[in-house]
Amino acid sequence: MRAGYLPLGKRLTSVLEPFANSVVGRFVVSIFGALGITGRTGVISIPFFWLGIFFLIPFAFVLKISLSESILAIPPYSDLIEWGEEGLISLHLNFGNFLFLLEDDLYWFSYVNSAKIALISTFFCLLIGYPMAYGIARASPANRNILLMLIILPFWTSFLLRVYAWIGLLKNNGLFNNILMGLGIIDEPIVMMQTDFAVYLGIIYSYLPFMILPLYANLEKLDGTLLEAASDLGCKPIKAFFVVTLPLSIPGIVAGSMLVFIPAVGEFVIPALLGGPDTLMIGRVLWDEFFNNRDWPLASAVAIAMLLFLVVPIMFFQYFQNKQSEAS
Amino acid sequence: MASDNTKDKSKSPWNDPYADPYISIENITKKFGDFTAVDNVSLKIYKNELFCLLGGSGCGKSTLLRMLAGFENPTSGRILLDGQDMAGIYPYDRPVNMMFQSYALFPHMTIEKNVAFGLHQDGMHKGEIRKRVADMLELVKLEDFAKRKPHQLSGGQRQRVALARSLIKQPKLLLLDEPLGALDKKLRENTQFELMNLQEELGITFVVVTHDQEEAMTLSSRIGIMDSGKIVQVGTPNEIYEYPGTRYVADFIGSINLFDGNVVEDEADHVRIQSEDTDATLYIDHGVAVTEGSRVGVAVRPEKMKLTRNRPDQADNVAEGIIDEVAYMGNLSVYRVRLKSGKIVKATLPNLDRDTEQFDWDEQVYVSWKPKSGLVLLS
Repeated sequence: MRAGYLPLGKRLTSVLEPFANSVVGRFVVSIFGALGITGRTGVISIPFFWLGIFFLIPFAFVLKISLSESILAIPPYSDLIEWGEEGLISLHLNFGNFLFLLEDDLYWFSYVNSAKIALISTFFCLLIGYPMAYGIARASPANRNILLMLIILPFWTSFLLRVYAWIGLLKNNGLFNNILMGLGIIDEPIVMMQTDFAVYLGIIYSYLPFMILPLYANLEKLDGTLLEAASDLGCKPIKAFFVVTLPLSIPGIVAGSMLVFIPAVGEFVIPALLGGPDTLMIGRVLWDEFFNNRDWPLASAVAIAMLLFLVVPIMFFQYFQNKQSEAS
Repeated sequence: MASDNTKDKSKSPWNDPYADPYISIENITKKFGDFTAVDNVSLKIYKNELFCLLGGSGCGKSTLLRMLAGFENPTSGRILLDGQDMAGIYPYDRPVNMMFQSYALFPHMTIEKNVAFGLHQDGMHKGEIRKRVADMLELVKLEDFAKRKPHQLSGGQRQRVALARSLIKQPKLLLLDEPLGALDKKLRENTQFELMNLQEELGITFVVVTHDQEEAMTLSSRIGIMDSGKIVQVGTPNEIYEYPGTRYVADFIGSINLFDGNVVEDEADHVRIQSEDTDATLYIDHGVAVTEGSRVGVAVRPEKMKLTRNRPDQADNVAEGIIDEVAYMGNLSVYRVRLKSGKIVKATLPNLDRDTEQFDWDEQVYVSWKPKSGLVLLS
């Protein structure tokens, strides 16, 4: 750690200290204290509050809509609760939307196809990202910062713009085809736009940094003397990579893969812009149900089902992380 | 150099000019850019020795060790191990194993797998590996911990795993980088003796790097003292302690009282030195063969000093002073005495009986020592 550099927590404390000692600060602290909220619970309750307001409440809305019926009205779904005569309250829960998801192959096929595309993309991100992360972790400290900067740099441009830029590169009279035809390698343009290939390319390109960064964080911590020890005991460098470096980087591989896989499953923009009409991904199906068919309840059911579909890998990720933190 | 342990002398290969060294370090220099880490070092280490490289941090001892392991290549010079030139031989091909200061145990492998690692690399038969690992774990008393991971062990246990892992291939040479550095004092003392027993039992040549002089004194057959990339002195612990060659060595090993003075009389059997630190002259029972009037240092170890209330009956090697500081250590008492000249000397007196007389603060005392206690240091 450089001299004069304080960890975030310490910096925050030093900023907040004058406030905490002021009259207003002491008043705020005393009110929270009277409510039984100490500093620690106070700090923890802020993100809980945030999640409660911006995640759980909208989720409850979506869940409610998914259990209603589609009607021609504004908004286009029925109320769950009906107020009848003499205080009679009737609750209508319509599970038909979920049953419909099971009946129609389209949804099942979209889920599976999304998972397949996400899985293959994750694999290629790992294949490309691992050597990059390894290279950055092994670079000299000065070069390391430049290389990391280059990884993060694309985030400074809008995600949407970057995906649009790929259209310019991939279309029939786009850059790639023009160059290949100009060099006389091909006679007629290769159709790349609106294919699965373009979707894979877009997803791998967009999510590669999410693979590289956690992998880098992991590989950078790797103790070099472990590799020396392996070498000392008669292990050649390539084998040492597979028996020492790779197993020790599994937490980074898992973290990176989750960060790519989970958003890639629900990806909408990339298949919509680069994919063809037969590139079925659940994000697009959801969009179509919502905006084209105006079937809000069914779209909500698709969203809820997708959430359940993704909870499994997330739980696996959590479990793995807990196991890791226990081990170290 | 006059050494009185003649019994050892006859069997010590380093005193035999015809003995073949097992490891021969010849004019090794290692430069990192402009910085010279190891400066033209030559050293002969014999089979079954436990040789300690001792020096402060940054003296080049670890770089020398890493060159023996093959992690660094010397800028010039060569290393011979059992007659074979080590130049261009990768660490994984050397018959040398190392115990790392951080132990460098593989955190994702069990103790058993860690120890077996070296044998697996040689493609040894599984059953044979299992047998050897079991034997090795028994040797280091860790047979009950075979299935554990390194983070489930204590520091002392991890140290033994690291040792077991580096010994299992029965290397020609075992390198140990600060092997006991991470252990607490009690554990370190026990482990020192375990290490020595193990070395004798297995008959493997050990080269140990340490900054801890006590560790070096206890463990080694010989010590090589390093300073700024150079070997300053090589000798048995006894030689290094009793006959330090330079002020640096005298000061580095144990504590020392140094008097500066001019030679006034230099004969074959004695030398007399006039020092501004003491009224009486300093008389030492060995000649130094320098011109009269040369400036030299006289080193006297604190435990060779005597304290008396009355002036002792000797004309030389005596000084008057008052007790400045007293430290009662139990087994001995340490006194700092301020001489009339203002110089402070240290004297340690053993507490031979429960009621051994103690001196008090500000008491007037005489410090004295025998002619054979002092040593003239020319540099």
